[in-house]
Amino acid sequence: MNVACRIVNLQEEYIKLFNDQKSLLQSGAPKKMNSLRDDALKIFEEKGIPSNKVEAYKYTNLQPYFKGSLNVAFTNDAAHNDITQHFHCEVPQLNTYNVFLVNGWFSAKDSDLNLPDGVIVCSMQEAEQKAPDVFEKYYGETAPMKEDSLVAMNTAFAQDGAFIYVPKGVVLDKPIQLVNIMTGDEDRLAFQRNLIVVDENAQLKVMLCDHTMSSQRFVINTVTEVFAKENSVFDVYNVQNQHNLTTQVQGIYVHQKKNSNILTNNLTLHAGIARNNVNVTMDDDHCESHVYGLYLSDKNQHVDNSTFINHAKPDCQSFELFKGVMDDSATGAFSGRVYVAQDAQRTNAYQSNNNLLLTDNAKINSKPQLEIYADDVKCSHGATVGQLDDEAMFYLRARGINKEEGRILLMFAFAYEVIEKIRVEPLKEQIRGLVEKRFRGEFDKCDSCVVCGQPGSNASCL
Amino acid sequence: MLVIKDLHAKIEDKEILRGINLEVKPGEVHAIMGPNGAGKSTLSSVLAGNEKFEVSEGSVSFNDKELLELSPEDRAREGLFLSFQYPIEIPGVSMVNFMRTAVNEHRKYRGEDPISASEFLKLMRDKKKLVEIDSNLTNRSVNEGFSGGEKKKNEIFQMAMLEPKLAILDETDSGLDIDALRVVANGVNKLKSPERSTIVITHYQRLLDYIVPDYVHVLYKGRIVKSAGKELALELEEKGYDWIKKEFED
Amino acid sequence: MAEDQNKILDEVTGGEYKYGFYTDIEMDTIPKGLTEDVIRMISAKKNEPEYMLEFRLKAFEKWQKMEMPDWAHLNIPEIDFQDIIYYAAPKKKPQLESMDDVDPELRATFDKLGIPLDEQKILSGVAVDAVIDSVSVKTTFKETLAEKGIIFCSISEAVHEFPDLVKKYLGTVVTDSDNFFAALNSAVFTDGSFVYIPKGVRCPMELSTYFRINAMNTGQFERTLIVADDDSYVSYLEGCTAPQRDENQLHAAIVEIVANERAEVKYSTVQNWYPGDKEGKGGIYNFVTKRAICKGDYSKVSWTQVETGSAITWKYPSCILQGDHSVGEFYSVAVTNNYQQADTGTKMIHLGKNTRSLIVSKGVSAGKSQNSYRGLVKVSKRADNARNFSQCDSLLLGDRCGAHTFPYLEIANNSAKVEHEATTSKIGEDQIFYCNQRGLSTEDAVGLIVNGYVKEVINQLPMEFAVEAQKLLQISLEGSVG
Repeated sequence: MNVACRIVNLQEEYIKLFNDQKSLLQSGAPKKMNSLRDDALKIFEEKGIPSNKVEAYKYTNLQPYFKGSLNVAFTNDAAHNDITQHFHCEVPQLNTYNVFLVNGWFSAKDSDLNLPDGVIVCSMQEAEQKAPDVFEKYYGETAPMKEDSLVAMNTAFAQDGAFIYVPKGVVLDKPIQLVNIMTGDEDRLAFQRNLIVVDENAQLKVMLCDHTMSSQRFVINTVTEVFAKENSVFDVYNVQNQHNLTTQVQGIYVHQKKNSNILTNNLTLHAGIARNNVNVTMDDDHCESHVYGLYLSDKNQHVDNSTFINHAKPDCQSFELFKGVMDDSATGAFSGRVYVAQDAQRTNAYQSNNNLLLTDNAKINSKPQLEIYADDVKCSHGATVGQLDDEAMFYLRARGINKEEGRILLMFAFAYEVIEKIRVEPLKEQIRGLVEKRFRGEFDKCDSCVVCGQPGSNASCL
Repeated sequence: MLVIKDLHAKIEDKEILRGINLEVKPGEVHAIMGPNGAGKSTLSSVLAGNEKFEVSEGSVSFNDKELLELSPEDRAREGLFLSFQYPIEIPGVSMVNFMRTAVNEHRKYRGEDPISASEFLKLMRDKKKLVEIDSNLTNRSVNEGFSGGEKKKNEIFQMAMLEPKLAILDETDSGLDIDALRVVANGVNKLKSPERSTIVITHYQRLLDYIVPDYVHVLYKGRIVKSAGKELALELEEKGYDWIKKEFED
Repeated sequence: MAEDQNKILDEVTGGEYKYGFYTDIEMDTIPKGLTEDVIRMISAKKNEPEYMLEFRLKAFEKWQKMEMPDWAHLNIPEIDFQDIIYYAAPKKKPQLESMDDVDPELRATFDKLGIPLDEQKILSGVAVDAVIDSVSVKTTFKETLAEKGIIFCSISEAVHEFPDLVKKYLGTVVTDSDNFFAALNSAVFTDGSFVYIPKGVRCPMELSTYFRINAMNTGQFERTLIVADDDSYVSYLEGCTAPQRDENQLHAAIVEIVANERAEVKYSTVQNWYPGDKEGKGGIYNFVTKRAICKGDYSKVSWTQVETGSAITWKYPSCILQGDHSVGEFYSVAVTNNYQQADTGTKMIHLGKNTRSLIVSKGVSAGKSQNSYRGLVKVSKRADNARNFSQCDSLLLGDRCGAHTFPYLEIANNSAKVEHEATTSKIGEDQIFYCNQRGLSTEDAVGLIVNGYVKEVINQLPMEFAVEAQKLLQISLEGSVG
């Protein structure tokens, strides 16, 4: 069932919407999901949609984007159309296990036959039946709903999403790709909630691919919780390719146990307003985490990456690198907080954010932060803002490479450091190609949104 | 091939070249020597088109074209190669990607089709052998983490790949041990042909034992103050530059 | 010999706060609390012209509507602003003809602090303005400076004697609505120093202000204004101490600097307010707004600070780089021990073209202290070719303290080059071992390494200050290595 609402004062209408639709919200959703809704709503009511007065959202005022006339689907009707048949992912040659979501609702997946024994991939709505203990134990346990009102909002409203469980010792040989497609004839607000549990000694790689398939305005609030148990290895690649009228808040919250090794990589190729939150809690010794991101923005796009690396226990290592290229009137922000708790001795933490500004109107704000309460640590962070190196450019030109080609080579070289960190070879190759196309202007900025196949043919491409 | 007439150039209002005249014919090897600060590297930078320097007077024709009117890349495509005194490190750009792009740009300029991948790899292999460059150097990013000697060898390798008409070697010998110097010089000599000319810029005579010049010019305070055959290099080595300084003090 | 050695040992290891004594001077104070009447009373006591009273009342009105900022990484106990005395002055008339007129008690106080008030006794060419509690008691070398046209006097004096300059510049760099403490200071400030360096003059000696809080329950609210006209140069030093008391005392100062075309101002601080005892009892709350504007082309302002005192420090000496080619520098050492808290750093606001800024911050945390660097580098859209480099290092001594780095980079011009680097580490055990093996005690080794670590900043200080700063560091870190 679809509900149209007009949002002017934010909390006021959202709370009314929640109360009016409460029975629909709860129907079919797992008990644990429903049990957190009221508390979450209270937090949301108190804090609201963050404006730039909230320190964590200083460079992205989300309030205007959550206003206006928006539709919300409280049942999964839309998920049962055949849109997924028309969809062609830009990373198609990849051998992956595909899962489709439509407007945040679980829609379809490849047959289970290919999956190793015990691996569960299903909708959140089904998860309670298929893995009751796991769901009950982990849902809502690492997403910080008290600290972030958007997580609270998601917890109050989300009804579906994907659930993945990889049992002890199982190694998935190919990545699971979660493709979320935003579509429909009305402007739309969607909530998606994913839960991923990688059990002891298991290994999993996930791709989150977000696409828009119609030219409407979309607002998406996604929360993904990940639990990486002892000795596990987990990768998530978040490939964002959405049109300019999209606002997406994408939160990935990872909780690590002993000797686990995780990697997150936010690859923002195209977006309207993108706010990515990555929180990693290393809650045991000898964890390793890699947190990366690449954002390529032009037109009036805005990308804000916010990370929180929590060294809660000793002997952990974290590596963080975010790089951005800002063209036209694009604006970008990075804030990274590395927190080393008292007694988290022998911590190594590295953080770096580098930006290229290509035009007079592009802007970047960077806020790398270290907060350290233990003494036996090696922590460093760095941030730079600059342009392409004149000397390098001259060297290229002296070898007969023209200015434009030289620019592309150097931009690509700049971006490559992040692409290099991708631990799935075919994906690395694909992303490499996409990024190069992107810099050459060959990658239509609305690629794979069927509505505006022609560059500039639609308002949303401007 | 190259005719420089009364060339003046300055950087931030400081005149460095103050009237250079020089003609290089096909197949010739010219050595330009001179004390530090004479303007040797400025001359090579100006010829290659580094925008840091402003040409205030004079003309340079290269294969009957006005060199100074060409962009740096077109100068390169016309067949002018500069071996940099300090080759630039470009992290993230692989040598293979870099060279393939450069070779194809040259071909495009001549109206030829891009080189196929297999042909290109073969070309790389051949040239690597020619200049005795270590195979794994070309798998790395351009000059990144290369030793001084490796960087210079890499310059000669690129020269072999691009087959220029005129090569300018800017202090290619500086900081090289004798073995690396020999390798670099051998590479240059192997590429020698009746059509190809070379300008060797150096402070010392040693490189000229290996790359034998037809002419030696002494550059001092932005002018060529003396020109002669290769024996001049030996004389300079023996007597140093002081006598030049005395003779031509303004 | 042996006696000398003992004395030195005592001095070096007796790491207690040396300046914690209290002088019994007859004081003129007003009752506790802050109201409009109190402000009128302060203004009347100082016999101020009408424009100053208006200035104060306007600020007070704004302050009443403001709230205490809570964004810093500090745990600030509630401050009762009605429980503070806003004016306290030594009773003896502050107008002094010669040294003989200075209250002997007061003179003894400054002798004990090592601050020379007697020009004859001074070897080093430093002119001093001494401020005790709310008023300036003595400014030395005034006449010598006057010959060159340099004005160096208390701000109270300037209000009367140079009203045009005061009206033109006071409150222009730090406005009364800038922040909570700036508004408070604008309403109640009692004294401070005023410096004017005329066009083309290079000030021949270091100018210095020495601040001392003496009286109980008082707050100190001084205000310094430095104006360097075209092509002038001045180096200015600031030092401060306070008696050892169990209750906390408030210090909320403002420093404004204006640098006109090609002018250069160097401002150095050694901040040594009473930091509280080992248990965190007492100490000064130090909330200071310091800001410079590089108004003219090619002007330069350089801040150097050594922060070892105060229970809480909240301070961000900043530069507004308005003139083309102007330069801002910030060198800082902040040492915290026991229960001290510091949140300090700088703001570099690039507005003009070809402006440059440099930030070097060295934090040292020990005991149970918290030490934060907070800085902003902002390049506005029109500030072409701006350059900034920031290096912010933290050193941790002990596993119960914290070291934090909060830099903000806001860049809206694509010709800007901005680099920020920060590291946090502890002293390497191999380094200490190497020193031990050469016969140094661990404590000495740490001192040596810390001094090496902060050298880049200390080198910016004038000679005598540098020596004092090094000693201070040693004392501040006493007992922090186990």
